[in-house]
Amino acid sequence: MKRASQARTLRFYGHGIPYVDDSEIKGRLIVIEGPDASGRSTQIGMITAHLEAAGHAVINVGLKRSELISEGILEAKRNFAGRKTLSLFYAADFADQLENKIIPALRAGYIVLADRYIYTLMAREAVRGISRRWSHNLFSFALVPDLVFYLDVEPEELVHRVFQKNAYLDYYESGADMGLSDDMFESFLIYQGMIAKEFRKMKKRYSLVIINGNRPIPEINADLQKRIDAFLASVQGKG
Amino acid sequence: MKKAIPGKLIIVEGVDGSGKSTQIRLLEKWLKYAGVPVYFTEWNSSETVKEITSKGKKKGLLTPITFSLLHATDFADRYERHILPLLHAGYVVLADRYIYTAFARDVVRGCHPRWVRQMYDFAVRPDIAFYFRVPVDVAFDRIVKNRPKLKYYEAGMDLNLSNDPYESYRIFQGRIVEQYESMIGPENFAVIDGTTDIEEQQRQVRQKVLETLPKSMFKNLQKEAPAK
Repeated sequence: MKRASQARTLRFYGHGIPYVDDSEIKGRLIVIEGPDASGRSTQIGMITAHLEAAGHAVINVGLKRSELISEGILEAKRNFAGRKTLSLFYAADFADQLENKIIPALRAGYIVLADRYIYTLMAREAVRGISRRWSHNLFSFALVPDLVFYLDVEPEELVHRVFQKNAYLDYYESGADMGLSDDMFESFLIYQGMIAKEFRKMKKRYSLVIINGNRPIPEINADLQKRIDAFLASVQGKG
Repeated sequence: MKKAIPGKLIIVEGVDGSGKSTQIRLLEKWLKYAGVPVYFTEWNSSETVKEITSKGKKKGLLTPITFSLLHATDFADRYERHILPLLHAGYVVLADRYIYTAFARDVVRGCHPRWVRQMYDFAVRPDIAFYFRVPVDVAFDRIVKNRPKLKYYEAGMDLNLSNDPYESYRIFQGRIVEQYESMIGPENFAVIDGTTDIEEQQRQVRQKVLETLPKSMFKNLQKEAPAK
């Protein structure tokens, strides 16, 4: 069994989690970001299979998957909750998974593959007029991942992939709550363009690796896998 | 860029058993009687959020950060839906506990003080923040007399202060009092001695409110007590 690495300490973005013991972390945290239909879950499935075949223990996490809180987010959306309310609800869902799933898995030596992380939440907040300073502080308890990939897909390409999956555009993923356009198709293109721009703004601060997601699935996968393998080889035995 | 807010925000803080809820309810009745447009809101009462919080509490799953974020979500929901729009409409909003409850509790639970404060920095500051000061032992006796059993989080059992819920509660409340005391100056609390008679406390509360609210808000009082 290959080991992801030897024990290290947790690294947080800001204030961190003062009461958490930050020592003895053995696993690795790898994040795949990107819009809906960008191919994230397909890629995560393929990467998981590849890493498991190589002998790593892998666990998948994602947004809105906290058993406790995810149904509350749906309820809040049904009740047209305000923007700060939704931001805080998503942050609570993330915190629950971070402390109850991600950190324990990292202690146990797992490679944690995250299907989206705080960057999507911060981008959504920024395009809705919430101050970047506020969002940055809000998520200052988040762990700094080892690798963050962003699947960058042109909105014009993305919209077709969405239509291959569903016959409709999702309300929030089209920014329909923002009054960008009466035409849902146009709203989607504008909104996804705004989100992509936020990701490019965050690139440097959060060391995002931008991956050209307009290519075919196997090509993207080869690109991601090569980078992940190179990273794991570089940290092997280094701690 | 913010517009001046015509309404007024009056909040009460203090540990459980400090008598703050009794006082704010009496204040509410008086203001309504005086023809003032009033809206009352209390901590942890958002229809959308409180169910999730109580489920998490029952299961004992809440870490301090999650606990803090759920209460902030609850607050934001009430703030965005009710508190801010009503203040803009010229209401007197009465809040039983406000952001200072989070500043005290979350910090005692181990969250970073600056993180908590920045999270709530969207909330307007109250026009009056009453702090009901009582010695921990007095508040403790008032609460414990009426309760056969303390709840897990209420007693601060998640902090591993003591295996005895009552002892844990006492220590937990003592630490919250310390936090409140440290905020009196910086947050400009109006301190009310919570050990005096209910009537005396209410007299002080009303006096402070009369000094703060514009006379024009008291539609009925004006009629009853014309200027001499």
